[in-house]
Amino acid sequence: MRKTTTLRAAAAASAALLLATACNSQRGQDDKDAAADGACQGQQTTGITDRTIKLGGIYPLSGPASAYGTISKGVSAYFKHVNDKGGIDGRTVVFTVRDDGYQPPKAVEEARRLVEQEKVFAVFQTLGTPSTAAVWDYLDKRKVPQPFVATGASVWGTDDNHPWTTGWQPNYIAEARVYAKYLKEEKPKAKVAVLHQNDDFGKDLLGGFKAAVAGSGIKVVAEESYEVTDPSVSAQMTSLARSRADVLLNITTPKFGSQALAADAKNTRWNPLHIVNNVSSSATVLKPVGFKNVQGVVSATYFKDPADPQWADDAEMKTYRDALRKYAPDSDPANQFNAYGWAAASSLHKALDAMKCPTREGLRDAVRNLKDVEVDMLLPGVTLSTGPADAFPIETMQLMRFEGERWQLFGKPVDTRKEFGPLAK
Amino acid sequence: MSTITATLDTDRARRLRLALTALLAAVVTVGAPFYFAPFQVFQLTMVLLYAVALAGLNLLVGFGGQISLGHGAFFAAGAYTAAVMLDRYDTGHLATLPVAAVGCFLLGLGFGVPALRLRGLYLALVTLSFAVFLPPLLKRLEPVTGGSMGLTVDKLQPPAWSGLAEDQWTYFVVLAVTAVALLLARNLLRSRVGRALLAVRDNESAAEVMGVRLSLHKTLAFAWSALFAGVSGCVYTWVIGFVSPDSFSFVLSITLLAGLVVGGLASLYGPLLGAAFVMYVPSVAQDISEAAPGVVFGLLIIAVMFVAPTGLAGLAGRVRGAAVSRLTRTTSAAGDRTPGSEPSAPPTPADPAPVDAEPVGAPPRTEKE
Amino acid sequence: MSAVTELLQQVVEGVGSGAVYASLALALVLIHRFTGIVNFAQGELAMISTYVAWQLVASGMSFWLALPVTLAVSFAGGMLIERIVIRPVQNAPELTMVIVTVGLFIFVNAMAGLIWSFTVKDFPQPFPDGGIDLAGVRVDWSTFGIIAVVAVVMGLLYVLFQHTSIGLVMRAVACNPASARLSGIRVGRVLMLGWGLAATVGAVSGVLVAPVLFLEPNMMGGVLIYAFAAATLGGFDSPVGAVVGGLCVGVAETLAGAYVDVIGADLKVGVPLVIILAVLLVRPQGLFGRAAVERA
Repeated sequence: MRKTTTLRAAAAASAALLLATACNSQRGQDDKDAAADGACQGQQTTGITDRTIKLGGIYPLSGPASAYGTISKGVSAYFKHVNDKGGIDGRTVVFTVRDDGYQPPKAVEEARRLVEQEKVFAVFQTLGTPSTAAVWDYLDKRKVPQPFVATGASVWGTDDNHPWTTGWQPNYIAEARVYAKYLKEEKPKAKVAVLHQNDDFGKDLLGGFKAAVAGSGIKVVAEESYEVTDPSVSAQMTSLARSRADVLLNITTPKFGSQALAADAKNTRWNPLHIVNNVSSSATVLKPVGFKNVQGVVSATYFKDPADPQWADDAEMKTYRDALRKYAPDSDPANQFNAYGWAAASSLHKALDAMKCPTREGLRDAVRNLKDVEVDMLLPGVTLSTGPADAFPIETMQLMRFEGERWQLFGKPVDTRKEFGPLAK
Repeated sequence: MSTITATLDTDRARRLRLALTALLAAVVTVGAPFYFAPFQVFQLTMVLLYAVALAGLNLLVGFGGQISLGHGAFFAAGAYTAAVMLDRYDTGHLATLPVAAVGCFLLGLGFGVPALRLRGLYLALVTLSFAVFLPPLLKRLEPVTGGSMGLTVDKLQPPAWSGLAEDQWTYFVVLAVTAVALLLARNLLRSRVGRALLAVRDNESAAEVMGVRLSLHKTLAFAWSALFAGVSGCVYTWVIGFVSPDSFSFVLSITLLAGLVVGGLASLYGPLLGAAFVMYVPSVAQDISEAAPGVVFGLLIIAVMFVAPTGLAGLAGRVRGAAVSRLTRTTSAAGDRTPGSEPSAPPTPADPAPVDAEPVGAPPRTEKE
Repeated sequence: MSAVTELLQQVVEGVGSGAVYASLALALVLIHRFTGIVNFAQGELAMISTYVAWQLVASGMSFWLALPVTLAVSFAGGMLIERIVIRPVQNAPELTMVIVTVGLFIFVNAMAGLIWSFTVKDFPQPFPDGGIDLAGVRVDWSTFGIIAVVAVVMGLLYVLFQHTSIGLVMRAVACNPASARLSGIRVGRVLMLGWGLAATVGAVSGVLVAPVLFLEPNMMGGVLIYAFAAATLGGFDSPVGAVVGGLCVGVAETLAGAYVDVIGADLKVGVPLVIILAVLLVRPQGLFGRAAVERA
């Protein structure tokens, strides 16, 4: 009797499981991916018709990194805005957002859902290095474009085996190079203390900085790291203060950025030149610290910060604000992540416009063949450029200094390609 | 009533039914990868592999009464063992399984010794801090583990003779591992070790008086449980092909424990249900509310615990128990009824698991003063 | 600055973070004394209380008026949560209750993000800016403030536990609800009181640490882990233990992170783990915990 019950229970359990799977979505979808004819013969037209184009994106809407989830709102708002104006080349964009909670296995699941079930044309943006690294092999094997990933790890552009994946934002090494160039000119004998997040982001930027200052008079004299799960970085800041360095390079994400800026302001005995990395440079990070405490802080950027009053009358910024108010009323237009999503989405728009064939191959080639493409949300002088062997669209950044209540751009936009050459593979 | 049942429930009928159920279960599990789309087969594979980890945790928490919030660490150890072996030594997938299993068994044994001194809450929180410590440690050991960028390794590939797609092959391999693991868990519980564990959980002093060697069995429970988690982690690497330190944060450990409790403690198929919950419910939550999937997911956990305080496995038993008692009542009222139908069998204990001495999800009490 | 001053500066830093951990650990100890469970949602409840205070201040209320209002709201909210969320599973196995608090954690965290977004908010500092210089060691007024408040809360809890009838009643409830009920204690009310008080202590903690950590929905997540460590080290039923545990954890990890190069800032989180293991192997009930009485 006992055996029967167990077996029956097991059978019931597996039946329930299968039912759950079946209910979760209809079965079916034989792999009949469509192919084009004519000049684009044999290329994949999955997810794209004359009237629609299906895109998917994977963001952490829940979990520890959910602060970045709002990027998806900027992207959605952009596509809705474009759809209302007639779509991209007459095609209505259907943008599906999936949540991976910043967990790589979940990202794999969602990427497969988007590709195999939703049949998207491209997976536009996966957020975070771990999630992107977990899915790019799969997407490459399936020959699905993965344009403009929302992470600045240098590996997206230096890898030769994933032609379907491209970065978007300036990679962390490029950003480090901008700071290195600035210091070489301004403080050629600087001693630098570094606070960095202990992950790919922090290490990439720190490594890039060290490489860029190698051979100059600039020395990194102290490094402290923190985990994203740490409550605060104040102990690390006290340790860094011991180094008496002239420069503090602050490689953090927003909350920790605020904490480090506040700790620096509080310590009246140590007054280094504070360079805060782009991720934490938003006015929304600086404001809680108090503008009077962050005067003279230096950073670099490549897109317009919606919280910065100097863009208040900018045409694109106005469109952005109106669209966000209309299509994503629960989101905060002043949040720079929304603007980031908007800028990335309009970059994709340009790439889609440039496709020779309305196919996945067409998008892949278009994304790898951008020549000084201007995007209105990016800073003047910052354009998208890629090549068959160059998957970094943006490698130009502009330095800025915080004065009064706003960032003041200074100097010319720094094209790190010209200054330092391409990244070593 | 009972006489009718008894006559009908003869040996032959029972054996027939047993065979039929087994056949049905086999057909369903084997047929699934051919019926469902590859993406759904992948989801089922993930459910199976999480079930292995939960079954291991169940040994410790459900049957051993020791709470661990650190099983994500053993899972990670198994996953990294496989990934490092594949990445550096190119050993082939199958070779990684025994190494991960033995490695985690030893790790669990090592951890089980200090765990002997700790009880309830204290054990839970010490294991939690172990899970918190692991990701930075993995990042530090960069030369071996690939640091925070993690390691990308080859997934399982179907051999040419099988004629199966990658997902189908992976599913069958994982199914085999899971089946063996669940059988092993069941047999463990029926062995001396299992009976000793139950005795210890229910009354330590009494068990000790009866001659159960407390320390040995508690340590072994930890080791076995770590072994299961390690095997699960190893299989995870085969399926996902990517490991990184932040994949194995302490949230994973808490998710595993939550999955187990939601599925049903001290039940043999609770781990399967719990794994399905962990796998499917977050996506369901997002389908319900795009804006904040976490709100829905949190509510769903609470709701399940309201409806089924002893877990989903217990729920099935309770619903059936209620149905049976109601049916029995109606049938007795009707007086005459076609006999032998399933529900008129004498009410089975709520828990169909073999460990019928204990109600499902009996409280592994935390220490109270 | 001499090496000794630098060392002392790090110690002050460690005491500062230790006090932060201790403040939440007190709430954990309180809820554990009342209900016998560990509440994973305690930090998130503190976070949401802090948002309530922030919202009040942002809408123009003065901080010193917003504070008592927040504490009252938190007390009521805690009782309400006990009534709505915990009461239905009160007779379920303890682990079920613990998992309900995990669900509550996820729910509250996501809810805060939904309402207030994940943008960092600045929270008014109740203590004066600046600090004093003690023989070259700088101590902020806010550090003094946090320590003082934590000490007061600890004292109040001590009195509550040891010298009031509620202390006795709640010990009876936590120990054996059935017997307590039989002896005429209204168990439900005591549990509601426990949740209310714990939420209030949590609110104090949130308001204290928000100016230092900056307010956002994940503010208390990291603190919770360390508060667990503090309470485990000190003993889960002793307010004094929670504070001593918090300070030990804070100072030890700061010093190890700063001075032991092998450990460094990335592995400093392992230091409390080692200390806890070492202490618990000798005293399984924590530094100040009461040993469990075995009953066969």
